[in-house]
Amino acid sequence: MEAQTYRVRVGLATCGIAAGASKTYDKLLPLLAEHGIVPERTGCMGMCFSEPLVEVISPAGETFLYGNVTEDKAEIIVEQHIVGGKPVEDLLVLSNVKETENSHFMAKQERILLSHMGVIDPESIESYLAYDGYKALAKAMQMSSEDVIKEVQKSGLRGRGGAGFPTGMKWNFAYQAKGDKKYVVCNADEGDPGAFMDRSVLEGNPHAVIEGMTIAAYAIGADEGYIYVRAEYPLAIKRLRKAIKEANEHGYLGNKILGTDFCFQLKIKEGAGAFVCGEETALLASIEGERGIPRPRPPFPATSGLWGKPTLLNNVETYANVPAIFRLGAEQYSKVGTERSKGTKVFALTGKIKKTGLAEVPMGITMREIIYDVGGGVQDDKEFKAVQIGGPSGGCLPAELLDLPVDYDSLTAAGAMMGSGGLVVMDETTCMVDVAKFFLTFTQSESCGKCTPCREGTKRMLEILERITEGNGQPGDIETLEELGEAIRDSALCGLGQTAPNPVLSTLRYFRHEYEEHINEGKCRAGVCTNLITYYIIPEKCTGCTLCARNCPVNAISGERKQPHVIDPSVCIKCGVCMEKCNFDAIILK
Amino acid sequence: MSKVNITINGQALQVDAGMTILEAAQAAGIDIPTFCHDPELTRAGACRICVVEVAGARNLPASCTTPVAEGMVIETESERVQKARRSILELIWADHPHDCLTCEKTGSCKLQDYSYRYNVKESPYKGEARDIPLDDTNPFFFRDLNKCILCGKCIRKCHEINGAGAIDFMYRGFGTKVTTAFDDPIEESSCVFCGMCVDICPVGALIPKQGLQQGRSWEVDKVLTTCPYCGCGCTFYLHVRNDKIVGVTPNFDGPMKGHLCAKGRFGWDFVDSPDRLQTPLIKKDGEFVEASWEEALDLIAAKLKEVRAQYGADAIAGLSSARITNEENYLFQKLLRSLGTNNVDHCARL
Ligand SMILES: Cc1cc2nc3c(=O)[nH]c(=O)nc-3n(C[C@H](O)[C@H](O)[C@H](O)COP(=O)(O)O)c2cc1C
Ligand code: SF4
Ligand code: SF4
Ligand code: SF4
Ligand code: FES
Repeated sequence: MEAQTYRVRVGLATCGIAAGASKTYDKLLPLLAEHGIVPERTGCMGMCFSEPLVEVISPAGETFLYGNVTEDKAEIIVEQHIVGGKPVEDLLVLSNVKETENSHFMAKQERILLSHMGVIDPESIESYLAYDGYKALAKAMQMSSEDVIKEVQKSGLRGRGGAGFPTGMKWNFAYQAKGDKKYVVCNADEGDPGAFMDRSVLEGNPHAVIEGMTIAAYAIGADEGYIYVRAEYPLAIKRLRKAIKEANEHGYLGNKILGTDFCFQLKIKEGAGAFVCGEETALLASIEGERGIPRPRPPFPATSGLWGKPTLLNNVETYANVPAIFRLGAEQYSKVGTERSKGTKVFALTGKIKKTGLAEVPMGITMREIIYDVGGGVQDDKEFKAVQIGGPSGGCLPAELLDLPVDYDSLTAAGAMMGSGGLVVMDETTCMVDVAKFFLTFTQSESCGKCTPCREGTKRMLEILERITEGNGQPGDIETLEELGEAIRDSALCGLGQTAPNPVLSTLRYFRHEYEEHINEGKCRAGVCTNLITYYIIPEKCTGCTLCARNCPVNAISGERKQPHVIDPSVCIKCGVCMEKCNFDAIILK
Repeated sequence: MSKVNITINGQALQVDAGMTILEAAQAAGIDIPTFCHDPELTRAGACRICVVEVAGARNLPASCTTPVAEGMVIETESERVQKARRSILELIWADHPHDCLTCEKTGSCKLQDYSYRYNVKESPYKGEARDIPLDDTNPFFFRDLNKCILCGKCIRKCHEINGAGAIDFMYRGFGTKVTTAFDDPIEESSCVFCGMCVDICPVGALIPKQGLQQGRSWEVDKVLTTCPYCGCGCTFYLHVRNDKIVGVTPNFDGPMKGHLCAKGRFGWDFVDSPDRLQTPLIKKDGEFVEASWEEALDLIAAKLKEVRAQYGADAIAGLSSARITNEENYLFQKLLRSLGTNNVDHCARL
């Protein structure tokens, strides 16, 4: 029977589970059992916009990825495709034998890191081994420490945690540092709002991170390591625990790795979810059981880190790139990317973009390609206004910069930064002052409070932004924001404070007119700042249907039936319900 | 120790490798302002008032935490540095009571001094300000956290020097505050009232209760003395005005580096207490009557002789005090042995 050789995979990362993938899986289990098929579990397939995702692979190797597969649709897939042999066209998202409207999502991607994501079962080491898992470790362990580090240097890999520090150089510092004990630490704190790359990698391919860390431990001479992962990532933690256990049992981790004298004990430390604990010195303080606040550098962790010992600290994605470097060879690996930014970068596409999800693209690709070719463009085909990259430390780039190559140095020069890979698309309905206020609200509440410029300065910047968005902006506010922003950038202790003004400074650089409109004309062009807008009924368009008046929660609308209605601005709370309800487009923002 | 060559404000210097920029500047007689730095505590780099400009650096590093390096070119008062310092002072003033007129710290307050130095009169930022109730739950000092600039020195003193660990930072961002566990009143915490925090607070957030309105810091005579409470020999300065003690400041250069205990720091009100004994008292007809030392010593000598004659020397015992010096204790046991007894002990053993 042909059905027996079909394979079925279900995407069971947090994104999938949130959309109901567990129920889909449970539904498929007995249905497929009748045909002798056990559905496979896998991680995030990247296409979060159409979760739950189920992939059917035909005996001939044709792949059919189905989207939005709820329980009832799971039944249809089994009946039509598995039993009937006919792909379900309506649900098809992607296929290797058929063009779909989503083919573009993959076309411009370059999947090195994610190549196994959505394919392997993250809860099975056998599945990882079947795709050359731990071969990179075996290869590295044939080499000397120096050669391993040289290979990483040659690959051109730079830290994916934000600042883009050359990874090989950092490994070399940690290797050169003198110490009877050394640590390897993985930063899986991922605190940027809207970012979920690291979580997806941990949930979808935990062994890649473990393998990368073990190679690092071998290279620098460490025998103990920690993965610092936020407690809000329970599934990632569960899969990591399982992966560590299995790697220990199979001799890829723990004592006498691959039968040699090399030992590496890996532990998980759960973080309580403070953004500042992603900063490396605060992270180390937190592991030590101290309050998670940054310490002055130098000394850098590579010379004096965890409990004062030399400590190598890298990001999840940085470590996950390491096995690929040894699998492909540094030379091959470094063919992707630009002169100074090698390899690929995983981005979490969010905001007003058609295809929200996870995309891995070669460094140097343009912003336009990411947003329009991979992401399908702006939702509802609205006009693109800006893209926020780099989270609270990053900046907003305008349409004029859509053709900017996405690499560390170009982004920094443009006033943004690579950051960890969050990419938020904004359209004409976004107010840039409001966006700046959002990020400052975040940084002020996440500021650890240790140093004066960040603790007090972000508070005052936020107060000014609040004033502007409330319609109480004053002449001179823009200059004050700039001066204060520069002072904070110049003098704050850690990266959080040093970069906190970026969202304000970058919007001031590219969208200054919006600030000026708020302050000088009392106008918010996006219609977001409620104090600066009035809802108005165009008498000529109003049919007097009374729908708006009946829905207004504060009875601000009056008028006779079949007569034009009016809104009393002194009563209106600007909730916008009337405008939503009006069937004749008679209500506008002024 | 190896040396490195650096330039500070155009002055070429050769300094020990491993020094911070602040230490190198201080050694060269260049004053850099500091709030959170204390040479005996962990380097925090928190207040940022000590930032300097280092050629080639992206931003302004804190001089108190940044080590010197070969060839470093440093400016400690460049326009960019002064701007940053002014900005920090303005930010502090945005949330600091304008209370210098009556504040006990006036004259010895770093915030006041630096505001004068950098001509910061007020803050351009008008916004939310803290409103934390005054903590006066203990007999020794007030805690007015509205004046606290969160330098954290009190916390580090308490943890690193005293070991009491009574206070730490709580909350984050603008809400950050120095508190006891559960924000209980300090009296209910593990505080032992050594007052070391009071002495290193750069502003008027921690103020001794004694000596209020008794004289500005420049109006008092500071008299170096040795604490009479125990034999340790801690030294400190008594603040004297009109022949009255009105305060104490530690002697940071003394052998105890200014570390005091609650008694030495706060316990000097006995000096002028009406209950204090000024002369020996002799009981006559069941009543204590003032006597001269002559009289008192004669009486003791007569009684000792009488007891020894009647019951033997071992009927006599002597108890000495921890408040006197080793030499005095030595003489005391000598005296007892010369009376023929070894019955001598000391209050510290009780
Ligand atoms: C406020 C703040 C938050 C940070 N959060 C993260 C994070 O969540 N994940 C991360 O890998 N790096 C984060 N970083 C960067 C780390 O300090 C560190 O540079 C990075 O983990 C080093 O790894 P890499 O060299 O592999 O990039 C953060 C930095 C700052 C200042
Ligand atoms: S910059 Fe902000 S987060 Fe960093 S140490 Fe200063 S207060 Fe803390
Ligand atoms: S109370 Fe004084 S010493 Fe303590 S943190 Fe505040 S300002 Fe610093
Ligand atoms: S602490 Fe200093 S600046 Fe503050 S009120 Fe007192 S004297 Fe003035
Ligand atoms: S004195 Fe250097 S940062 Fe406070």
